[in-house]
Amino acid sequence: MSPEAARLRLKTWLCSAIVVISNVAGNFFMKRGMPQHLAPLEYITVLFQPWVALGVLLLIVWLISRMTLLSWADLSYVLPVTSLGYVLVALLGRWLLDERITSTRWAGILLIVAGVALVGGGSAPQTFSRKPEHPS
Amino acid sequence: MKWVLIAIIVASTSIGEVLQAIGMRRHGEIRDFRPGALGRAAGSLARNSVVIGSVVAMAVAFFAYLGLLSVTDLSFAVPVTAITYVIETVLAKYVLNERVNWLRWVGAAIVLCGVALVSL
Repeated sequence: MSPEAARLRLKTWLCSAIVVISNVAGNFFMKRGMPQHLAPLEYITVLFQPWVALGVLLLIVWLISRMTLLSWADLSYVLPVTSLGYVLVALLGRWLLDERITSTRWAGILLIVAGVALVGGGSAPQTFSRKPEHPS
Repeated sequence: MKWVLIAIIVASTSIGEVLQAIGMRRHGEIRDFRPGALGRAAGSLARNSVVIGSVVAMAVAFFAYLGLLSVTDLSFAVPVTAITYVIETVLAKYVLNERVNWLRWVGAAIVLCGVALVSL
């Protein structure tokens, strides 16, 4: 692996980790603060509920880190690799909320990990042709 | 109502994420992570119409998802919206001209099945 490819891969993995963690934590807090039923006006007022607000903040971090990641990495790479979040959600459910992980769920976790390994280990993060360096 | 929301979520997520990839690619790789440089990057992105379009589409998806979560369980909402993995991989190949090799096709398909199983 050339130094350039190694640099890009390390950067991709770091950024993917931030994307995954902020997404999982963000959705967790949103779901925690969300009431059972939403009247039309509550779509706005619910955003000021503390857990929902924290969730929204984390989802903003998610949006920004994902945009950063997409500035160099392929969408067809980012999608499967960041799906590791689903595995994290299942494991967090087990550790924090004492949810049982059924055998179906373990099978799903294995499939996701296999898919991530195939895409993350089997191809470079970037295949589209690079444009000349952005002047900055 | 449920299925209308799902259709809105799937369409606006796919469109939003592809626009996001187009906009960021046009901007070029972010290499400088010092605050000043990040601020300048944010400034130029805020004036990028493709990026603005992507944020609008994803905001639509976000509110539709809030609505869906209020009428169904997470264990229904998650696997049903995971169909975007396949749609977006197809769009990545034909719209974004990415080289989607067989590893990525298999990876996307396996992840879709895995997401469905995890959330059932």
